[in-house]
Amino acid sequence: MATSVYTVDEERKTVWVYLEQTDGKLEGVAVELLGRARVLADQAGWLLAGLVCGNEVGHLTEQALMHGADEVWLADHPFLADFTVEAYAHVAFSALMQGRPSVFLAGATPNGRDLASRLAVRLRTGLNADCTDLRFDARRGILISEVTGFGGGVLALLEMPRHRPQMATVRSGVFPTEEPDPKRIGRVVKVPVDLPGEAIRTKVIERVRGQRVDLTQVRALVCGGRGMNGDFSSLDHLARLLGGEVGATRPAVDEGFVGRERQVGQTGVVCRPKVAFACGISGAFHFVVGIQNAGAVVAINSDPEAPIFEFSDYCVVGDVSRIVPALIEAIESQREAAHA
Amino acid sequence: MPELRLVVCMKVVPKPEEVRVDPMTRRLDRARARAEINPPDMNALEMALTLKETHGGRVSILSMGPPSFEPHLRLGLAMGADHVYLLSDALFGGADTLATTYTLAAGVRKMGGADVILCGEESSDGATGQVPPGLAEWLGLPQITLATQVSLDAAAGTLRGRREILGGHEIVEVSIPAVVSVKAACNEPRFMDYRRKTWAFETGRVTVWDREDLNVDDSRIGVAGSPTIVSGLDEAAVRERKREFLHGTPDEIARALLERLDLNA
Repeated sequence: MATSVYTVDEERKTVWVYLEQTDGKLEGVAVELLGRARVLADQAGWLLAGLVCGNEVGHLTEQALMHGADEVWLADHPFLADFTVEAYAHVAFSALMQGRPSVFLAGATPNGRDLASRLAVRLRTGLNADCTDLRFDARRGILISEVTGFGGGVLALLEMPRHRPQMATVRSGVFPTEEPDPKRIGRVVKVPVDLPGEAIRTKVIERVRGQRVDLTQVRALVCGGRGMNGDFSSLDHLARLLGGEVGATRPAVDEGFVGRERQVGQTGVVCRPKVAFACGISGAFHFVVGIQNAGAVVAINSDPEAPIFEFSDYCVVGDVSRIVPALIEAIESQREAAHA
Repeated sequence: MPELRLVVCMKVVPKPEEVRVDPMTRRLDRARARAEINPPDMNALEMALTLKETHGGRVSILSMGPPSFEPHLRLGLAMGADHVYLLSDALFGGADTLATTYTLAAGVRKMGGADVILCGEESSDGATGQVPPGLAEWLGLPQITLATQVSLDAAAGTLRGRREILGGHEIVEVSIPAVVSVKAACNEPRFMDYRRKTWAFETGRVTVWDREDLNVDDSRIGVAGSPTIVSGLDEAAVRERKREFLHGTPDEIARALLERLDLNA
């Protein structure tokens, strides 16, 4: 078996987290990963480090320390102002070769996945994508990544015993955000950026960011599937009433009923709302994983045999187009009564 | 400029909607699922065929898998591709993304290289999305992932693409050769051409290469080349739900829900 670029014998017993930032702000998933990685590192008494890349992002080091890092490795350079996978992979690779961590985690965002995928090949190591949990065998120093088999109620546990770093990506919302501790201190390691300009063959011509919908933080989530036949207006209304957001299954997104940023499930967003509604959704497992952390789940489906009812607290066999308006009316009249 | 070389990486997967979970054993029942080309790979093929219509050139399909993939890949020929290359060897099996991308990269080299390599954004069974950037890394090429549109400036040797990022999109330009991962459902894959179908299935060219043809390092392919091992299977710890069925008129059901839920914003 071929070895990784640095081997088990050459690893340093540390856990690293890639701290993705956008416009000088840490992504939520980076903070969530720090919280989880802190727990893993403590199990073995290891050091936890964060890696920040960007331009004029030094202020993020303090935040990383507050959220659990003992060390922050900082690559700060104008070439890193725009994310290009070539520049970021170059810098992250040299930091990793210097730090040689045993474990390296990243958020499963579009850019986080690109970066991790290229680094894994460059380091000749493995990468477990979209893990639903991370555990640690502290005695052996082995990361155990949990992933769900596609469509499956079966979880696979993956590990890489002989390659380093042990890499994994995790979606936003899988781990909760832990409270920062402003008293935590640590050290900052500057990563030299020796980037030949011609190494970057990617030019960013234009970048457009709209209103970001963050379904991972909502308290009420109203989801629709193909059974909504394209009409999400009642779900929009219910979501507004509850101060929540609308989500959708992948088929509903593929049909163009709602935007891709609202896709819930294994290849979308994993949410932890207090209440989730599943309307006109059959209940494929790759959707259900997206709401399995919800406080309560309500399912409305005309098919009494729909699998979604297996995963719901309150099951309504009926027509969404009659139940949802009735629920909206009931909530409005209850609020009016409370007001009067 | 010499003929444009377009390569589309394709995988054959079980149809996800036909893979059922056995409610008793909570295991996958994929035996009854039919196979299909991974849906976003069809979008990648469509993008390649559109580029060919504008710029000329050849579209080759590249796949790694057992001989049973062949009839599925021939559908790609019927849609308009010129040639299929299938990397098939018992020792390629059990590959994780590191070994898969190593083998695909060897296939691209054996083909004599490519100008644009297009892949679906991810497979519906593995769903890691790691193959396109991993392949780009082995070949030392730039990439545009999660692309919804691309345009090629053949004279300048640049490829411009619109890609999805968190909360929006960006337009990036890379030099070719380059790797593109194509978003699912970003275009409408054409129907196969029935006049091409007979040709595709009878005389269409399918080249099968094994590990000796590719001259690969046996320690980098298949199970041997895969750092990741499955150390256990766990029953999914699906949270027990109440599964209480509510009956009555819509108004009665609405009231029952209000009694049971804390819906105050």
